[in-house]
Amino acid sequence: MSPAAFWQIALELLVAAAISVPFGHYLARVFQDQKTVLDPILDPVDRLIYRLIGKDVVSQAMDWKGYAVNMLLTNLLMGLLIYMILSWQGHLPWNPLHFPDVDPFLAFNTAASFITNTNWQNYGGESTLSLFSQMTAITFPMFTSAATGFVVAIAFFRALGPPRDKGGNLGNFYRDFVRVLTRVFLLPCLLITPILVWQGSPETLTGMVTAHLVQGGTQHIPMGPVADLEVIKHLGTNGGGFFNANSAHPFENPTPLSNIIETLLMMVTPMALVIAFGRMVGNPKLARVMYGVMASMLTVAVFVAVIAEQHGTPLLAHAGLMRHTGGGQMGGNMVGKEVRFGITQSAIFDTVSTAFTTGTVNSMLDSYTPIGGMVSLVQMMLNCVFGGKGVGVLNFLMYGLFAVFIAGLMVGRTPEFLGRKIEKREIVLASLALLVHPLIILVPTAWSLVAPYGVSSLGNSGSHGLSEVLYAFTSAAANNGSAFAGLNGNTPWYNVSLGLVILFGRYASIIFMLALGGSLAAKPRVHETIGTLKTDTALFGGFWFATIIVVGALTFFPGLVLGPIAEFFALYAHHASVGAIR
Amino acid sequence: MSRTFGTALRLSLLTWVMFGLGYPLVEVGINQLAFPRAANGSLVRLHGQVVGSRLIEQRFRGSRWFHGRPSAVHMDPRSSGASNLGPSSAKLARHLAARRKRLLAHHPRLATRHLPADMITSSGSGLDPDITPANAYLQAPWVARARGLPTASVRRLVARNTRKPWLGLFGQARVNVLSLNLGLQRLAGRGRYGRMGH
Repeated sequence: MSPAAFWQIALELLVAAAISVPFGHYLARVFQDQKTVLDPILDPVDRLIYRLIGKDVVSQAMDWKGYAVNMLLTNLLMGLLIYMILSWQGHLPWNPLHFPDVDPFLAFNTAASFITNTNWQNYGGESTLSLFSQMTAITFPMFTSAATGFVVAIAFFRALGPPRDKGGNLGNFYRDFVRVLTRVFLLPCLLITPILVWQGSPETLTGMVTAHLVQGGTQHIPMGPVADLEVIKHLGTNGGGFFNANSAHPFENPTPLSNIIETLLMMVTPMALVIAFGRMVGNPKLARVMYGVMASMLTVAVFVAVIAEQHGTPLLAHAGLMRHTGGGQMGGNMVGKEVRFGITQSAIFDTVSTAFTTGTVNSMLDSYTPIGGMVSLVQMMLNCVFGGKGVGVLNFLMYGLFAVFIAGLMVGRTPEFLGRKIEKREIVLASLALLVHPLIILVPTAWSLVAPYGVSSLGNSGSHGLSEVLYAFTSAAANNGSAFAGLNGNTPWYNVSLGLVILFGRYASIIFMLALGGSLAAKPRVHETIGTLKTDTALFGGFWFATIIVVGALTFFPGLVLGPIAEFFALYAHHASVGAIR
Repeated sequence: MSRTFGTALRLSLLTWVMFGLGYPLVEVGINQLAFPRAANGSLVRLHGQVVGSRLIEQRFRGSRWFHGRPSAVHMDPRSSGASNLGPSSAKLARHLAARRKRLLAHHPRLATRHLPADMITSSGSGLDPDITPANAYLQAPWVARARGLPTASVRRLVARNTRKPWLGLFGQARVNVLSLNLGLQRLAGRGRYGRMGH
């Protein structure tokens, strides 16, 4: 690894960490109703919104059921709104390229995908959606879906924190939702969009410009309000691009600086939420242990991906390409990557994107080396290396309950977490939340691989074809949205199956986790004694990490072996034998 | 319940107006005023006519121009995208071999050399506007010969058009192909004018 690559990784991770700590403290203050510097400006805005949507509902206390029901209701209404806009876009304004209505299967898939913060895209933005749809059916849910994940995590934190009304009060969904939007998302979006425009991202209501090229001929260049979408796409860990090529497109991500801004935007909130968790449950030390485990996993993943992509493949060496960086070029695997990012910025971006379940890509994962692509796949399978807005830290806590339970059984201590006894009901709920994930990945993957309508969409053959399908359902279940994009997902089978997996992956696990939170919140607090297993130590952090790896590996290892690992060995074996014949 | 339903509905509509309409339109307004060039797609005009966008690759043919990277979408911005061929794909191997062969047909001396990593691989967007300096310097002597220009002045042009990584570290040194070719055109124009003067 070159020093330049090392320092790019190190500095980016350090800057993200440095931002996340004060930001986490700020989030904790916001959701514990303590004073913040922005109150004088934003309090009147919030009050106006509360008045418009119904002041009395906003001031109610909600238990976990109330919180879940109102979350589902709001998401359902917004999802329907998106579905309607897409289905009627041909009759709606700002459609300069006269795109027709989106067909029902694709509209369902897209609505499900964007309302759940997944942003899986079975369409190319520039060839399918009007500017009106991009703004009101894509940019809009990027705010609200991110806020949904965020408030669920906040409610869960409250459940684990100091008791409020004997666990009957997890806060008010509407109030939290509005406060996330105004106090977390709005200002960064307003301020950072102009920076991206300055770097070259368009922000216009012109749909397309026709250029008469230098050597003759014409080029039709679509554009639109791109930069504003880019900011919330990353800040909300959404990931759906304005264009088909997503953040590889020079209009979405024009320079190395814009690339770093987008990378940092993806990282800061999920990292800050861990810090906020520590403050809200009154145990910052536990949060530091969690943060340490997640950060180590992320760091390892980024380094592995960068090294794998820089190493390239025997196929590329055989094609007569330079392998090492130097002499004014970068070497490595540049298939599906952009020159301005090179290997390092590409691999950092895509790895961060799958770790934080954003799903945006600045280089095409389908063309990554087997190991580089597997890093992304594994992060989505674990779905808790910081993870998406809110959901990642919840998954991590779910693994934590297992770790407490297993460790408690092993050393003969009562399993307790943050002063609550972990009993049968909690473990059942956590198991359900855990099992949803592999179930909705592996069953539809297997189904697709034996059905002709599943196999016909493959863009590559052999192990890599299997990886494409496995990746698609993993991405949908983890609400990530990135793809091995050779797979043609715009068929009735994939539109519907992926859409359903997306919905289950989102709401089933959220409801189980809220139920778990409700159950923990209602328990009396037990005092820490000498017999209590301490969870806020480095030792337990190691055990937590081991639990994640063992559970994740046992569940997904067979799939990985058949996909990327088989491809890795086949690739090297093939080229070794070709070399031997010569 | 009906009261909460009303709240959910009003919240949905209000956030739709705020973030689906308000936010994008405010940003369009601000940025059209603040950065009119960039906000409208970094278009390059020559004699009043739009000849392309500085950020979008366009096709250059023949040995008189610098060539950009191969594109999986024929450099059509209406359908950006990549080949998405996997790392062990036989099709990828065939594509790379075919591009290398085409290059060697014109420049047989390259047969013994390894090529810069970006030269025959297709990009992520299909619209990558840049090439690496190594790629540009490799092309410089051919372009210079085809145009009857001194190689040194074409190499100087590449150097002038090379953008360093941000802060000397982040990203990759790169040369914008459209800027480079427009510079070439100006250089050729000046050269002709100069000779006419003698």
